[in-house]
Amino acid sequence: MRITQGAFSFLPDLTDDEIRMQLEYCLEHGWAVSVEYTDDPHPRNTYWEMWGLPMFDLRDAAGIMAEVHACRATHRNAYVRVSAFDASRGVESVALSFIVQRPAEEPGFQLLRQEGPDRTQRYSIVSYAVQRGPEGDRYAPAG
Amino acid sequence: MLQPDDAHDTSAEVTRVDLGAEYEASGIGEVLDALDRDLVGLEPVKRRVREIAALLLVERVRDRMGLAAEPPSLHMSFTGNPGTGKTTVAMRMAEMLHRLGYVRKGHVVAVTRDDLVGQYIGHTAPKTKDVLKRAMGGVLFIDEAYYLHRPENEKDYGQEAIEILLQVMENQRDDLVVILAGYKDRMESFFESNPGIGSRIAHHVEFPDYTGDELLAIASKMLAEMNYRFDAEAQAAFAEYLHERRAQPHFANARSVRNALDRMRMRQALRLFEERDHALSAEDLSVIREPEVRASRVFASADETGTETEGA
Repeated sequence: MRITQGAFSFLPDLTDDEIRMQLEYCLEHGWAVSVEYTDDPHPRNTYWEMWGLPMFDLRDAAGIMAEVHACRATHRNAYVRVSAFDASRGVESVALSFIVQRPAEEPGFQLLRQEGPDRTQRYSIVSYAVQRGPEGDRYAPAG
Repeated sequence: MLQPDDAHDTSAEVTRVDLGAEYEASGIGEVLDALDRDLVGLEPVKRRVREIAALLLVERVRDRMGLAAEPPSLHMSFTGNPGTGKTTVAMRMAEMLHRLGYVRKGHVVAVTRDDLVGQYIGHTAPKTKDVLKRAMGGVLFIDEAYYLHRPENEKDYGQEAIEILLQVMENQRDDLVVILAGYKDRMESFFESNPGIGSRIAHHVEFPDYTGDELLAIASKMLAEMNYRFDAEAQAAFAEYLHERRAQPHFANARSVRNALDRMRMRQALRLFEERDHALSAEDLSVIREPEVRASRVFASADETGTETEGA
């Protein structure tokens, strides 16, 4: 099941050129861009691992693309996203965030039902990938 | 047989190009003219910049005709004494490279050793990479680059910065152009001890010192920009000042001229302030007179041959 988080996630995966153009758009607006990765695809998992610090004062997307490539090379089978932060309101607020790499195979989520008092049903979802193992072992190695 | 090059041209076949039109279209003429107009002297530098511009323009046209060669290496070294216009020319160079399409953004990031080299183990690589990322799409100008290499200290982190720099200079030639600047002799020994860097630099540009007349022309230009001028006596006195000052240590060419002018403006302001009992015309406010020039310590110490530092 293809997870749909962030911008463009209902589109086919962006090519590197398309990613570069989106990043150029961010830089034109003076946003700081960061690269993050995770192997826990739960929608409430907001805070992904940071791949280095957010990058400030860049003029060209080449530097960010280099970091994206480095992150992909290290975490071949994880989700990688870039987030752009807009500081114009006095706080660094996320202006754009989209996935730039996803694992080859995404097993999806299990729906958990829990009986509560008075015949109430509580629902939650658990990713099959997360159930497979601890962080780092959740997705099959690429290749 | 040449193939139509649809990436650049929609007309049928590119078999002839008009270099003149290409030159006009690129807009580098303006940059070169501005360089000629705004910078006094520096003839060898201007000639060298023209050569590089011509090479890049021809290279671009060749590329269009399908005669593509390896993209030219654009890393440069600017050598010369302080205040000879290295940073200024680097800015113009970035503009030129941008107009020719060899760098995407055309900004200049000027750094020194402190911006690249960290203070403890593991600090250097992120710091250098951060600077390189900021410079991508433009020109990285490393002033006094030889300080990166400290032969007397094996554990110095400068070597680490040099290695990262080398890697990017080689692998990301499309993304940024590196200009190393500094004194001529020290740069030469730096290249000797780091052959990796020396061999990756295609263009060595040497900045000569200014002659006395050129410095005088620079001074007039700077004053005109600030809406000041010398009267005739002050002009003569300033020529004398330059003669004395050049013989003293720590003379930094145009930079020293600028500092001297700033001090003279200060003295002029003080004089006007002390004579504040009468109304001043625009003329009074913009003329720098002889006493303001003569008040310099350079004249006082000229006969003692005492050491003078910048700020005199």
